[in-house]
Amino acid sequence: MEIKKGIAVSPGIAIAKSLVIDSEDYRIPRRQINPSQRKAEIERVKIGFKQAFDELSRMKTTVHSDIKQRDIQDIFAVHQRFLQDESLYNKITKKVHNDCVTAEYAVSSVFRQIAGEFAKVEDHYISERAADIYDIERRILRQLLGSKREDIRHLTEEVVIAARELNPTHTAGFDKRYVRGVVSDAGGRTSHAAIVARALGIPAVVALEDLSGSISGGDIIIVDGNRGVVVINPDDETLEEYRKYSLDFVALESKLDGLREKPAVTRDGVKIRLLGNIEFPDEVELVLRKGGEGIGLYRTEFLYLSSLSEPTEDEHYQAYSDTIRVFKHWPVTIRTMDLGADKYTQSKRFAPEPNPFLGLRSIRFCLQNLVMFKTQLRAILRASVLGDVRVMFPLITNLGELMQAKMIMRDVMEDLDEEGIKYDHQIKVGIMIETPSAALTAFSLARDVDFFSIGTNDLTQYTLAVDRSNELVSTIYSEVDPAVLRLIRTVLRDAHKVGIDVSICGEMASEPEYITLLLGLGFRKISIAPPMIPEIKQIIRSVTIEECNRLAREVIAMHSRRQITSFLRDAAKKILPEAF
Amino acid sequence: MEAGKETSQEMVERQVEVKNADGLHMRPAMQFVDAAGRFTSAIKVSNTETTADGKSIMQMSMLAATEGTKLTLRAEGPDALEAIELLSKLLEVRMPDENDSRQAGEEQDLKSE
Repeated sequence: MEIKKGIAVSPGIAIAKSLVIDSEDYRIPRRQINPSQRKAEIERVKIGFKQAFDELSRMKTTVHSDIKQRDIQDIFAVHQRFLQDESLYNKITKKVHNDCVTAEYAVSSVFRQIAGEFAKVEDHYISERAADIYDIERRILRQLLGSKREDIRHLTEEVVIAARELNPTHTAGFDKRYVRGVVSDAGGRTSHAAIVARALGIPAVVALEDLSGSISGGDIIIVDGNRGVVVINPDDETLEEYRKYSLDFVALESKLDGLREKPAVTRDGVKIRLLGNIEFPDEVELVLRKGGEGIGLYRTEFLYLSSLSEPTEDEHYQAYSDTIRVFKHWPVTIRTMDLGADKYTQSKRFAPEPNPFLGLRSIRFCLQNLVMFKTQLRAILRASVLGDVRVMFPLITNLGELMQAKMIMRDVMEDLDEEGIKYDHQIKVGIMIETPSAALTAFSLARDVDFFSIGTNDLTQYTLAVDRSNELVSTIYSEVDPAVLRLIRTVLRDAHKVGIDVSICGEMASEPEYITLLLGLGFRKISIAPPMIPEIKQIIRSVTIEECNRLAREVIAMHSRRQITSFLRDAAKKILPEAF
Repeated sequence: MEAGKETSQEMVERQVEVKNADGLHMRPAMQFVDAAGRFTSAIKVSNTETTADGKSIMQMSMLAATEGTKLTLRAEGPDALEAIELLSKLLEVRMPDENDSRQAGEEQDLKSE
């Protein structure tokens, strides 16, 4: 059994045999031909182009029925332009002619050269387009080789698709009846596969590093699109656990959707606020549908990652105001740009940093790129008149950073005043507590902010000095490690002392097993992945604060993570047996 | 700017700046190539390093032109002036927002159902 953590990009649970695609390597051996064969080979290139073009036309009409697949159609249209491109065609036929090589070899080497050029471009968006080039190449080669490759359109049993990187052809060919989930090594939140899987409603987890290398076709795979977990060849216990979870998830989903209108109140009458964490604009509706009472964490990174250039103030404003209008009087907490340690900051502006997670990321990056930072703050402030908007700074490590960020915001406010542009002068400003230093100095920080939101993912990573995506050490990673819990308690205590609002927005809060502990520790506001809202609400509605407090007291007295984990699991089973 | 000896073989050149926020990536490149293909004139597009055939999507997308990139457009042929007028507009004017076009498209799709 192997457990991998990636990024959950489409919710749901899937358990099925894996179908590893992309594993067949189309590397074509260089084969010489006689000069007399050249004409015939060039004719084959021509036919290959033509057939690939026709295939795309057919695929375009078959996907047409689904409006959501319009993006795929556009991509196919672009691919067709490549197949009509004379200079590309000439380049290939010239190669056949001059070098006396087969059609396959010429196609493959020319396309690989082009893809290589794309991949070299120091722009995340353009370099990702290399995948499109490979896709076109494969389509032509398939025509030329006439290979009967395993085709995802002709499936006979349920599968989870595993790939290095998904391309438009794979995703368009999905037959929803059989494809239960998608996992891929590469891909970010904005990758094609992520967006399409969501649109089709299949659970998907991406950015799993070397996943496809560790899977062989036929392995049983569990895709947990709610938590971003993939389990390869689960042991009987895990499999059983997930089978139940999966069945219960479906049953619960429909049952829990009935909870939408009911408040998240404990049996002894304590009201808990459940908000949604969102990333993409299309998740806004999901939060409402699942009964969220606002946005506790609006990640704004998609604005930077989804387009080639930096987003303009109006693009920011548009995205924020669309969301705020949906929530009206409910809070929308916008987190300022939290990039770094990834492609955007690493490739666009700097030589790669040797230790990016301890480097120029998040608020640090913003404080050094004031024009960009101010653009975003201006847009947030302008949008603040539309509803209950709050602004939140990520990765604060000391008071100095907070003061600097606030000063920059005041500058922006002054500019707006001068220009006579309206904004909410009382806008609430908060910070993420996600470093041990911020947690330890929470008392000082609390006096200068309106709220804290604890980001348990980074807090755990930095406290335990462990990269959870590194499988060699990921077992050390646990949000309920006594050290992490101790920091969380410190933050809660100090926030309460100063009298500011404190919430939790890390993935820990989406874990049904941890929710009673969090309530017992004192959290009353919880922001989680939208699909998890009903389940968490159900648990909240079936416990009393009294028992949560008792449970938290017991946990705090424990010395080892292992003990805590199994204790919480047992406790959760008693509370909501159907969810575990 | 215009250096045509006879009307049938004009050569028109113009400097333009890519204004489209998304640069000249796949979709805008496709629009450009489609437009260029409608003219008889030969269309060349150059940046500081290289020159691309304006009718080739491969060459155009390999220019990797981002917003703000300065490009030189050159058309040679009977409809050179027209071509330059239209094509420079495509680059200089923001192309219709993807979302707008998508919405429009969806409406159309809905209607056709």
